Amino acid sequence: MSASSLNTDALDTDVLDMNTSNTQALIADSRLTRRFAALRTENRAALVTYVMAGDPDPKTSRDLLERLPAAGADIIELGMPFSDPMADGVAIQRAGQRALAGGQTLARTLERVRDFRRRDDDTPIVLMGYLNPIQRFGEDRFLQAAAEAGADGLILVDLPPEHGAALTARARDLGLARIPLVAPTTPPERLPKLLAQGDGFVYRIAFNGVTGTRRTDIAASLGESLIELKRRSTLPVAVGFGVRDGDTAAAVARVADAVVVGSALVERLAETGVEGALALTRELAESIHGARKSES
Amino acid sequence: MSTKMVDLPDEHGFFGGSDDRGQAGRGYGGRYVAETLMPLIGEIEAAYDEARADPAFQARLDELRRDYIGRATPLYFAERLTEHFGGAKLYLKREDLNHTGAHKINNALGQALLASRMGRRRLIAETGAGMHGVAVATVAARLGMACVIYMGATDIERQQPNVQRMRLLGAEIVPVHAGTATLKDAMNEALRDWVANVDDTFYIIGTVAGPAPYPRMVRDFQSVIGRETREQLLATQHRLPDSLVACVGGGSNAMGLFHAFLDDTDVAMIGVEAAGEGLESGRHAASLNGGTPGILHGNRTYLLQDDDGQIQDAHSISAGLDYPGIGPEHAYLHDSGRASYVAVTDDEALEAVALCCRLEGILPALESAHALYHAGRLAATQGPDQAIVVCLSGRGDKDMDTITRHLMPEEADS
Repeated sequence: MSASSLNTDALDTDVLDMNTSNTQALIADSRLTRRFAALRTENRAALVTYVMAGDPDPKTSRDLLERLPAAGADIIELGMPFSDPMADGVAIQRAGQRALAGGQTLARTLERVRDFRRRDDDTPIVLMGYLNPIQRFGEDRFLQAAAEAGADGLILVDLPPEHGAALTARARDLGLARIPLVAPTTPPERLPKLLAQGDGFVYRIAFNGVTGTRRTDIAASLGESLIELKRRSTLPVAVGFGVRDGDTAAAVARVADAVVVGSALVERLAETGVEGALALTRELAESIHGARKSES
Repeated sequence: MSTKMVDLPDEHGFFGGSDDRGQAGRGYGGRYVAETLMPLIGEIEAAYDEARADPAFQARLDELRRDYIGRATPLYFAERLTEHFGGAKLYLKREDLNHTGAHKINNALGQALLASRMGRRRLIAETGAGMHGVAVATVAARLGMACVIYMGATDIERQQPNVQRMRLLGAEIVPVHAGTATLKDAMNEALRDWVANVDDTFYIIGTVAGPAPYPRMVRDFQSVIGRETREQLLATQHRLPDSLVACVGGGSNAMGLFHAFLDDTDVAMIGVEAAGEGLESGRHAASLNGGTPGILHGNRTYLLQDDDGQIQDAHSISAGLDYPGIGPEHAYLHDSGRASYVAVTDDEALEAVALCCRLEGILPALESAHALYHAGRLAATQGPDQAIVVCLSGRGDKDMDTITRHLMPEEADS
């Protein structure tokens, strides 16, 4: 309940200050930070793949999830389906509907993470979704269960920092990174507020719109904004929304620390199954691996 | 205004305004939206507060209310309905006599003037029954702005006359096939449009829900209903009503009627939800009587949802009440006990339509008929010294297909 009641800015700061010391250590030694450190030494960007938990059915979803790292996924974003995903385009809406029709629940999504973690202790998993199913499950219960299952971070689309202080503080206590979303509309003076509740990496939304819109001019449109982010934060910056092919991924990989691909992958899964989705993952990984080499 | 009914923390501008009350007390309301929209909604809030304090804006609004909408609307003593129920006096607040035939234009006009003041050239809106869509298309035409209306495919089917009207007014209608293809899905789609067109677009939400400041803003624009009612009854009967009755989907006509009476604690306020095929059937739209608190469309409020937090389908014969949530201020009034919320079924609403037609020569919207049914039920238990005001929120011409099918099946078949 407390995360949903409206905290004043002053309270935000208090809550965060109290928790800074013991939590930084936890998150500093997380799978996410280790993965970004390793990639930095290799001088390449991370490929972040988004898939919807339970899409199109539990068995297929499990199969895909397990094979994504070998195909080149450095970080996995696992979507938690919601009936009313207002920030998502049609590809991810449909993926969520397929998952829900297949009986996916938040408890099952957490079980999927636990299952994955038994076999893979290195690939970070970030859970992405909307607040209502989490509140229904119980915020504390969810955070506890997500941390125990082996999730590394959370992206909550409809939880702005104005409402998020308490949840962020508890997530930090459990070593779960709260990944902040930064939009093209975000004015520079708002960044400190977003970054104060941010861990793991910053997710820069590439353009104003919903997920899955086709854009090829992403890297160019980012312009100065990445420099501004880097000036204000030491966190790696991932860019997502609209990256659909190898060329765009490579262009983004030259300017950002991570490239997020979601809708294209989810569509490929729907069209050609697990093998098709893995083939796209390999293609994207190859483009990203070569991106900075071909440049220099 | 007199002193506040309850003391509530004034949360850092989310609910803002010096006469604000209601939403924030139990964490209802809020601004749970994607980051892309956060700065934009902040701008709207600032612009709205500025406009609200600007006498020129208020003067323009008042002028158009009078000459374009046709306000004040009458408070009509429904003599034959009163006789029929044999109890309390029934008064109808005739929002059906507004230009475009419902209360929706009170809000559409206010928000469109704000949008125009902010330099926006494109209006978008969601609509269920089509009345809000028609109202927005109308003010868009009047103010020379582009207009796109999102409407569930199911609703397009059952509200054809309004769809044609909106097209005639120059609006583009986008059918929404996602989810249940009704009001909530139209709202999702309008939010998606807004995220993609933040530079030139203003989203006119049609009810007292959505991210702050929408619930407050819509309430303010609709509160003219209650202010007039209060003045009219005081002027003619030298008294306040004993009860106010209004239907609630999102709850904008109810909030509009209630707001001016919040401090008059002797005035009972009753919101009437759509019980659809009956609360026990599970096919209803009664968020307060059959839902639990949660977060949807940018605000925390009561919702129809399952154990996993997925939003459930609402059902009502009236498209305008077919929404699985309710305005956050109603959630607060419900919890605090200041207002009470009952439910009326599809069949009962149809019965009220027939009765109102036969006895008063007034065809009410199916939405408003829910309120009428409960008001009759209540009147019958009270004496002639008591007065009930019902918000007749809209006219029923748009519902003729549905009404004919149910009340005169032989006509529908022919």
